[in-house]
Amino acid sequence: MAHGSGGLMSQNLIDQLFKKALNNPYLDPMLDGAVLDLPPGRAVMSTDSFVITPLFFPGGDIGKLAVCGTVNDLVACGAEPLYLSNAFIIEEGFPLEDLQKIVESMAATAARAGVKLVTGDTKVVEKGSADGLFINTSGIGVIPAGIDYRPNRIMPGDEVIVTGHIGDHGLSILAQREGLRFATPAVSDCAPLHLLGRLLQEFGQDVKCMRDPTRGGLATVLNEIAGQANLGIKVVEELIPVSQVVQGACDMLGLDPLYMANEGKMVVFVKQGRGSAVLDVLRKSEEFADAEIIGEVLQQPSGMVLIKTGLGAERILGMLEGEHVPRIC
Amino acid sequence: MCLGVPAKVLELSNEQTAVVDVQGNQVKVSVALTPEVEAGQHVLVHAGFAMEIIAEEEALMTMALLEELMEYGEMPSDEH
Amino acid sequence: MSINDKEYTRALLEEIQAVKQDISLMEVCGTHTMAIAKSGIRELVPPNLKLLSGPGCPVCVTAQGDIDAVIAMAGNPAITLLTFGDMMRVPGTTTSLAEERSRGADVRVVYSPLDAVQMAADNPDREMVFLGIGFETTAPTVAVSIEEARRRGLSNYSVLSLHKVVPPALEVIFSDPDIKVDGLICPGHVSAVIGLEPYEILVEHYKKPCVVTGFDTLDILEGIVMLVRQLKRGEAQAEIQYKRVVKREGNLVARAALDRVFKLADARWRGLGTIPGSGLDINSEYSNYDARIKFQVPDFEDKPIKGCACGEVLSGKITPRECLLFGRACTPLQPIGPCMVSHEGACAAYYRYTPLKGRA
Repeated sequence: MAHGSGGLMSQNLIDQLFKKALNNPYLDPMLDGAVLDLPPGRAVMSTDSFVITPLFFPGGDIGKLAVCGTVNDLVACGAEPLYLSNAFIIEEGFPLEDLQKIVESMAATAARAGVKLVTGDTKVVEKGSADGLFINTSGIGVIPAGIDYRPNRIMPGDEVIVTGHIGDHGLSILAQREGLRFATPAVSDCAPLHLLGRLLQEFGQDVKCMRDPTRGGLATVLNEIAGQANLGIKVVEELIPVSQVVQGACDMLGLDPLYMANEGKMVVFVKQGRGSAVLDVLRKSEEFADAEIIGEVLQQPSGMVLIKTGLGAERILGMLEGEHVPRIC
Repeated sequence: MCLGVPAKVLELSNEQTAVVDVQGNQVKVSVALTPEVEAGQHVLVHAGFAMEIIAEEEALMTMALLEELMEYGEMPSDEH
Repeated sequence: MSINDKEYTRALLEEIQAVKQDISLMEVCGTHTMAIAKSGIRELVPPNLKLLSGPGCPVCVTAQGDIDAVIAMAGNPAITLLTFGDMMRVPGTTTSLAEERSRGADVRVVYSPLDAVQMAADNPDREMVFLGIGFETTAPTVAVSIEEARRRGLSNYSVLSLHKVVPPALEVIFSDPDIKVDGLICPGHVSAVIGLEPYEILVEHYKKPCVVTGFDTLDILEGIVMLVRQLKRGEAQAEIQYKRVVKREGNLVARAALDRVFKLADARWRGLGTIPGSGLDINSEYSNYDARIKFQVPDFEDKPIKGCACGEVLSGKITPRECLLFGRACTPLQPIGPCMVSHEGACAAYYRYTPLKGRA
């Protein structure tokens, strides 16, 4: 990118780059915003900002992540994701070719998820004012009739499903850190979960609630939901799908996969007795072949998560405290 | 204290360094404290160092107390 | 875990559950603290078999004054402080490294001391100070890092050595009439370096069994069974359960590295006070790499944290649950003492991995 504080030249380049990659009829140059057609149903809107180091990582990049993050939040609300906005804050001097890769990756991911990037903005800020590149995406989706995902619909006895191996995203990012480089086959699971949303629609209200275990991982999401539902959750350690690679690296670094971030997984609460039927449907799709029923909802202890260990003892599974950093003790 | 994980030595890069496999992850570790280690052996990794070579025959013998336990009549007889 | 392992685990547990005597066993290794708490072993042993946690977490046993000295050092703008992640949130008298970093101090987490040396090579204009915390397992890796820095001619690498050695602390535990310990679950990875001899000397003196134990659930159950069997027979021996890693003589190369770079010195332990010959200071031959000398780090007085019973917890005099602050004013989210902060601290382990009935 040319030097200068977002001068005409660089701004032109950026505009062209975006227009080329995101070409669709909603990006009308004559209007300040996108005018959208929405199918019937309740609309959902969600927003998230994405800041990640490194910007490119095995299995994805910040552009893909920014689309998946918002798409998955819409899916978790029960919505069919339809439209996204994107806003870029770019540090002066950021390589144009990297920006191009990121925008193209966004466009490809949006196409895959069936969402349209309908409006956007870019700001170039002075060197030092931003760490390379920040992206915000907001999304709009519509909830089909008969779908209602909320924590307060969860009842004791409901089953808890996780849609695949956990911890891969967190580990793949960690392995890129300064002073910690090691070669891991772990690849970020970063993926849009629109398909999951569609597969679960057939179960209607038997699906009670969903949440994507991003920052803070599975343990944090389970604790959040237990708190919001005022119920207990019990999971069985041996049933939680963790790959050998992730477990091994976590053992080495003193980390716990249950607290590692995921970007393409969902925790799904389904009505008691419906778990295996949901699992059958999910596992037919390659994407969710490793889904497991990992536990159940209890009346007590309200607001808490219990985990049954390999030895058969039960202990509390708490929230993540502070930063999840590698340790040697 | 002291987290340690078992790892298999894949190759010795030089006198000081080896690449080891930790459950499928490849990690560069120092072999300064285990200079006699050879590729193919298992080591205990702590803080980026191979701290000790793991004895294979002992690794297979975690059931060391088995015989005495059998006196308690708890174990099935078809153990290896 | 294979079926056979499961059967074996069950058999070991049944033998432990059949113990009728009152027995107190102490582990002196934070990784054991964690493993015991995480697997739930403590909840499965009978109430007459007590599993105590001793001074086995190097973060927790670091004296308050030493932590304040470290934090003061991080405030020096000329210095980049490199540390294992374990130390980041440990509270000093007024602040922690994590807090100082958010205020602009240059504090970075490393996984290996050799990464710290590499950072010194990559940043020749900055003073890189590695925070040396740990027992005999970690100290040799730091010794190697100092030798490596000398070999590479790096003058901007130094170490603030707060390392400690374990056997003198065990002697304090055994000789304190207020601490009732019948046998020791000895630290597997420390012992991989120091070997069995230090325990043989202790057993000779104090006639209490010591078993060097590994960290898998099965290892720990085996270690407990070996101790219980000795006690039932009225014996006291030093034994190794963790034979796949620990040799009788320890790791002679690592011991030699310790001897080259460090010398024994008196050290302050939280909860146990100053123990003669229990610390590792950097030898005068390597004084250029001694951050204490290079930056003239002053001694900070120990200012006890009000109401905090970490000291009693660390010496096994009370269990974390008996501390008045535990689970009330002091939780992993709002820690007051280091035993609640450190991942392998006894209080954090009890809090995190405790069944419901144990929470305050």
